[in-house]
Amino acid sequence: MSYLVTLTINRVPRTVELDDPRVTLLDLLRERLDLPGTKKGCDRGQCGACTILLDGRRVNACLALAISHDGADILTIEGLAEGQALHPVQAAFIAHDAFQCGFCTPGQIMSAIGLIGEGQAGDDAERVREGMSGNLCRCGAYRGITEAVLEATRIMADTTQEKAA
Amino acid sequence: MSEIQHMRHGSSIGQPVTRRDGVLKVTGQARYAADNHPSGMLHAVLAVSRIARGRVAFLDIQSARAHPGVVEVMVTANRPALALHPDDKSVPFSFSMDLLQDDRVRYAGQPIAVVIAETLEAATEAAALLAPRYEAEPVEVTLDAAGAFVPESVGVGAPAEMWHGDVEAGLAAAAQRIEATYETPLQFHNAMEPHCVVAAWDGDALSLDLPTQGLALTQMRLAALLGIRMEDLHIRSPFLGGGFGSKLLTGPQVLGILAARLVGWPVKLVLTRAQMYGPVSHRSPTRQTLRLGAAQDGALVAIHHHVRTATSRFDEFLEPSAGVSQAVYAAPAIAITNEAVRLDTGTPGFMRAPGLASGSIALESAIDELADSCGMDPLDFRLKNYAEVEPVSGKPFSSKALRECYAEGAAHFGWAGRPLAPRRMRDADGLLVGWGVGTATFPAHMFQAEARAVLRRDGSGLMESGTHDMGQGAWTAFAQIAADSLGLGLDRLEFRAGHSDLPNAGIAGGSAHTASAGGAIHAAGGQAIARLAELALADPRSPLFGAGNVGVVARGGRLLRRDDENRGESYADILARAGLDMVEGRGSAAADAAATERYAMHAHGAVFAEVKVDPELGQIRATRLVGAFAAGRVINPRLVRSQYYGGMIWGLSFALHERAAMDPRTGRIMNTDLAEYHVPVNADVPSVEAILVEEQDPHVNALGIKGVGEIGITGTAGAIANAVWHATGVRIRHFPIAIEQTSRAA
Amino acid sequence: MNRFEYVRPRSVAEAVAAAAIPGSAYLAAGTNLLDLMKIGVARPERLIDLNHLPDLDIIEQLPDGTVRIGAQVRNADLAHDPDFRQRFPVVAEALLSGASAQLRNMATVGGNLLQRTRCAWFQDTASACNRRAPGSGCDARGGENRMHAVLGWSEHCIATHPSDFCVPLVALDAVVEIEGPAGRREIPLADFHLLPGDTPERESVLAPGDLVVALRLPAEAAGFAAHARYAKLRERTSYAFAVVSAAAALRIADGRITEARLALGGVAAKPWRARAAEAALAGATPDAAAFRRAAEAALAEARPSGDNGFKIELARRIAIRALTLAAAGTPDRLPALPASAFASSSTPRPRGLHV
Repeated sequence: MSYLVTLTINRVPRTVELDDPRVTLLDLLRERLDLPGTKKGCDRGQCGACTILLDGRRVNACLALAISHDGADILTIEGLAEGQALHPVQAAFIAHDAFQCGFCTPGQIMSAIGLIGEGQAGDDAERVREGMSGNLCRCGAYRGITEAVLEATRIMADTTQEKAA
Repeated sequence: MSEIQHMRHGSSIGQPVTRRDGVLKVTGQARYAADNHPSGMLHAVLAVSRIARGRVAFLDIQSARAHPGVVEVMVTANRPALALHPDDKSVPFSFSMDLLQDDRVRYAGQPIAVVIAETLEAATEAAALLAPRYEAEPVEVTLDAAGAFVPESVGVGAPAEMWHGDVEAGLAAAAQRIEATYETPLQFHNAMEPHCVVAAWDGDALSLDLPTQGLALTQMRLAALLGIRMEDLHIRSPFLGGGFGSKLLTGPQVLGILAARLVGWPVKLVLTRAQMYGPVSHRSPTRQTLRLGAAQDGALVAIHHHVRTATSRFDEFLEPSAGVSQAVYAAPAIAITNEAVRLDTGTPGFMRAPGLASGSIALESAIDELADSCGMDPLDFRLKNYAEVEPVSGKPFSSKALRECYAEGAAHFGWAGRPLAPRRMRDADGLLVGWGVGTATFPAHMFQAEARAVLRRDGSGLMESGTHDMGQGAWTAFAQIAADSLGLGLDRLEFRAGHSDLPNAGIAGGSAHTASAGGAIHAAGGQAIARLAELALADPRSPLFGAGNVGVVARGGRLLRRDDENRGESYADILARAGLDMVEGRGSAAADAAATERYAMHAHGAVFAEVKVDPELGQIRATRLVGAFAAGRVINPRLVRSQYYGGMIWGLSFALHERAAMDPRTGRIMNTDLAEYHVPVNADVPSVEAILVEEQDPHVNALGIKGVGEIGITGTAGAIANAVWHATGVRIRHFPIAIEQTSRAA
Repeated sequence: MNRFEYVRPRSVAEAVAAAAIPGSAYLAAGTNLLDLMKIGVARPERLIDLNHLPDLDIIEQLPDGTVRIGAQVRNADLAHDPDFRQRFPVVAEALLSGASAQLRNMATVGGNLLQRTRCAWFQDTASACNRRAPGSGCDARGGENRMHAVLGWSEHCIATHPSDFCVPLVALDAVVEIEGPAGRREIPLADFHLLPGDTPERESVLAPGDLVVALRLPAEAAGFAAHARYAKLRERTSYAFAVVSAAAALRIADGRITEARLALGGVAAKPWRARAAEAALAGATPDAAAFRRAAEAALAEARPSGDNGFKIELARRIAIRALTLAAAGTPDRLPALPASAFASSSTPRPRGLHV
């Protein structure tokens, strides 16, 4: 038996035929839709490498069955930059050397965008550290990550103000 | 190289340029091995043993095969033949592998079958359906195991026993003595990227996406194992999702390759997180006893560092923890002894700062204990015992700015005024505050490496070297060295790396990759420039004609007369006139035996840690880490700082967090996941700083580089342990420090 | 993960009917169930997906002031709901001290109640575990069990319940609404989870097919809002399960505790309501001596189930900590590190304060 699942992925609507209900969103993206930017570090919700935005919220794609998210809107690392223009979080990650091996980075960046959107951390470094603690970085790039998130938060707030003005 | 003198005025080395692979990594475009998906690819999943010793009596292959989507189950009987036994060690750094050679089980987590299926879901479930039955035998998996032996060597050929001076006499005469035993745990690398391979055969040719820290070694061993020609084996490894010593060739990756051969289709095999706690090496537990003696004035008179560690039953790697004690502090008598037991575990191996990480936390703790016995400030005590020459060998250091590290680190941290006695500081919230210091050290190694440089007719440059980027920044730092070696801006340089078809860049290990491959790149660029200069100097039409005696300078894509930089011409013009498309240079690097004989070569550092401890609950947080490091020339301070931060966070993890919990009844590790095998999270690292202390080393290698990848873990772990003592007054000698130990301090 | 049939009901009634077939399991967020399926601990034949049911994700206030929280409300949404956070700050603090932001965005209220133990031998299908495989034994006994239960355990099982959320809920007299084949019923959360006894495989009062549809907090529970805190001891600063935790809620008038609530986490197979401690606090002055007496009362029945005797004293101390914080008053805004010992030491200071 196969199932049809409609998803909007990186702003593109797609209908996916699933031959197996066991497929997670993570494995769907990586193994079936050629979107391997989202990474699998533990497959158990314990590392955050697979973080995506699902209907605008950061979640662990490894613990979500694709079939259960029929109709969902998904944003992955591949859908972030607009043309050559990096998202402010992406640019800040480069500027602050917020990664080394880069494997956890897509998850860190998607998590950071989720965090900024949640609006709970603001410019408080300690709240950023707490809010980013669901993303392990074995290389230990945490200082750069925190600095990058704080800088991107400021830039995005300024941009929003400019747009409003 | 040509006799002609030339100088390169590099403008890239030393610059904090951002990562050249940065955009790829932040946009998800960087392709890690498991991101590849060749046409027709199947998924392979390992089944691993749940017993640690015995044999596999039965596998339900029928049920696994019957699962929809399953293509094949690879077991001992149908595994493609190998040209060499998996235990063969003709290639350096080879360890025995478990490649389904028989039905024996020698550790929990050992691969016992491979399921190949059309989908990952099918392969995963079919592997579970194999439901193995075992004939289990009793296991020994702890340091208390019987049969301790004195090894011939530890680490990579280091002597297991070394006596220098009369330790016993020194201890007997010492005014202050301590004897203390420290325990460090079983640890696993846990790179964020699981070990994996995507293998595609084309006849006897094999193409691999395989994250490896040693392309050439992997290529050599794999070709030998598989019985294929080296030139038919192509390995892509542009990005490693972390390695930390675990990503040399290991059995599971070979099984993925054999699975592809068996089914005749490309295969991807990715380990689960849990499967990374067995066949891909680990850091052994250690039990270290230190006996230290000091004279009345605090001068060390004797150091004895004894280590008990473990290896597997079937292979040998012994964590060389005591080595640190012959490199750091001056003492007239120093002894190192080792013993080991054989356990029913996978074989240990290189894990970030092998020996030095585990040895440093013990030595730095013991030094602190002795400083306390002597009533001395722990930093003063370290300065009192500063080694002006390498303690055991008596060799001068090629360079050593440790004194400056202590001074700059202490000043920045605010060490002055630290109360000598423990449990004297609290913060505004009533949390206990403690400060500790540790000395960081790591030897400066050099390995064999090669590179090829090309200057092209369009004025651009190409550098090729099969280097490895596991996060340290190879794509960037090597490009900086290459650009300077060719007298080009970074924007005019193409750098090719991460592929086995490129010149052999050695290994990314021992903190020696930048020095080794960087040396080769530097030499290759130099040779290309020399060849170009020969063309110009011999050509009467060149403004450089006849400038051979004064030499030329290569800069910004132009060769210039050294005595008159207004006279020169572009590389493109030189090549065009010579009718050449390019000139090529080759370079290599290796340890300089004469210099190594004459000098002791180490990077050094001083790490200062502040911890806060909840006085009732015992929970600890390392609230500030300041490290000052001197490691020769810095190619890229931005990347180097990141290496230090990462190393220091590993030190924090060593002191406070990570530990595999072995069930001694079964030999199974009970926390093979990232929820219970704790590594630090972002909130564990509120403040980490690294100071780059100036150090020029004319002897260590052509570029004056010492390694920076591992030193950060040393010093830090001990500094944190010492800070916990200073906060609580309780000396904890069992790592990682656990809440039941600190809460007892309340 | 085994193959399963996927069922997407359109109503609670359909869901309950579908789940009546043996081998069925409800899928809420899946943050715990899918994880257990991946490691082979759970192998359901049918998954009944609750994610498309209407009206299960609503937080509403009933006419009598009771707050009713739909079982599919996500942990983060509940914790950040301004009205809920103001009335039940201790619940928000517990929620935000658990797991990670990603998991809290997914995990549901109903699923949180039903999450399974983190006991390593429960999770390891090669080990004996009476909870997972009744009658097979308990390998946690005799293993490294420093994190296991010190209250309410039996020789058959020494596992703990891992939830943070449930700890303040049980203190505040939360009620679970259950829809089942036999209709709708309500159970106090305090009676919802079962201690292991001789049947550790029975973890809650739920019968096959029963569905948790909502959770209710009585209006009077909001009366503790001014003095309610959660404290959690853990082995890293964030993203770790509790070693021990405590939720304390006080009503204080004229310098005396008029009513106290105290519950402990990480100590038993259920969130542990400490009624004896509450009785000891009623009428007392909120001071260290009273809190110590309460903590002694809370742990009076505690005994080690292995290498975990240290947890008994730590449970006392975390209870004292939660009570002390509660007495000091609920802060206007939750600390940056919710429930943490380091909650207010957020800015690293250049120098320690010498005393």
